[in-house]
Amino acid sequence: MANHEATGSLERESVWSGGGSPYAIPSKKLGMWLFIVSDAITFSALLIAYSYVRVASLSWPRPFEGPAITNATVMTAILLSSSLTMVLGVRAAKLADRPGAAKWLGATMLGGILFDILHIREWFHLFDEGVTLLHNPWGDPQFGAAFFSLTGLHMTHVTVGVVYLGVVAIGTLRGKYSDDDVEVSGLYWHFVDLVWMFIFPLVYLMSAKFI
Amino acid sequence: MHAAAEHGHSEGSKGTVYTVWITLLILTAVEVFLAYQHLPIKVMLVILMTLSIVKGSLIIAYFMHLRYERGSLAWTLMPALVFVIGMMFIVFPDSIRVYLMGVK
Repeated sequence: MANHEATGSLERESVWSGGGSPYAIPSKKLGMWLFIVSDAITFSALLIAYSYVRVASLSWPRPFEGPAITNATVMTAILLSSSLTMVLGVRAAKLADRPGAAKWLGATMLGGILFDILHIREWFHLFDEGVTLLHNPWGDPQFGAAFFSLTGLHMTHVTVGVVYLGVVAIGTLRGKYSDDDVEVSGLYWHFVDLVWMFIFPLVYLMSAKFI
Repeated sequence: MHAAAEHGHSEGSKGTVYTVWITLLILTAVEVFLAYQHLPIKVMLVILMTLSIVKGSLIIAYFMHLRYERGSLAWTLMPALVFVIGMMFIVFPDSIRVYLMGVK
């Protein structure tokens, strides 16, 4: 918010003397943004590494059939919808509606848990077919390594996010956390959603058996 | 840039949020539809990445609220990110070596 209380009085001092906040946002929010940019670089490196080994490989598999694509599409819709409930949670928090914010945070967590369940189910299907971190029955073993490290890191982010939102939801109900804390947790959640918007087409749609 | 003024306190009305959500779902549906169209893989890659960048931008601008922050925040964060990602592609041409020259 442009006129955040913490920055209101400080703004009158010179930015260069350390008094002002050049971005007019709380430090926590700037901290989360900086973390997100660095995390975006990590995911970019993994996605580019995935694409690199794929292009360099002469036997890259396209293992995903109709049901796997449908599963990944449902996962995408769930994650997008959980972002919507997150936005509604932040709105409720801004309107000082603490129970409402906790309720929407709970809905967001539910989306994250559902996403994880569907994703782990997908992983187990691949295990059954013989794909592991170091082995791939259809060709170059790098497929397993690239696929599991990329989706695994993303799944870790979703899981950490669910715990994080749970902590924020409880803290919000108890009056321990402010609306800014809800907003900062929202930034993290939307980022996890954003990363999936690149993993889904690159890893799933581009590896569909029927393309 | 300053839709905040139009919507008063709430910066980006509830309607805007729902519109963005529906748009994201539609773009996802388009991506999945394209996967079934047997397009040449390079064409498909370009279309999918374009759509993904559009989706990512919508999430950053509206869900992550960057559109309604001071411009200085976006200018601090985004050019650096784009630059670093661009730099990562420096080694990428080497990936087609096997394809062009064969093994060994």
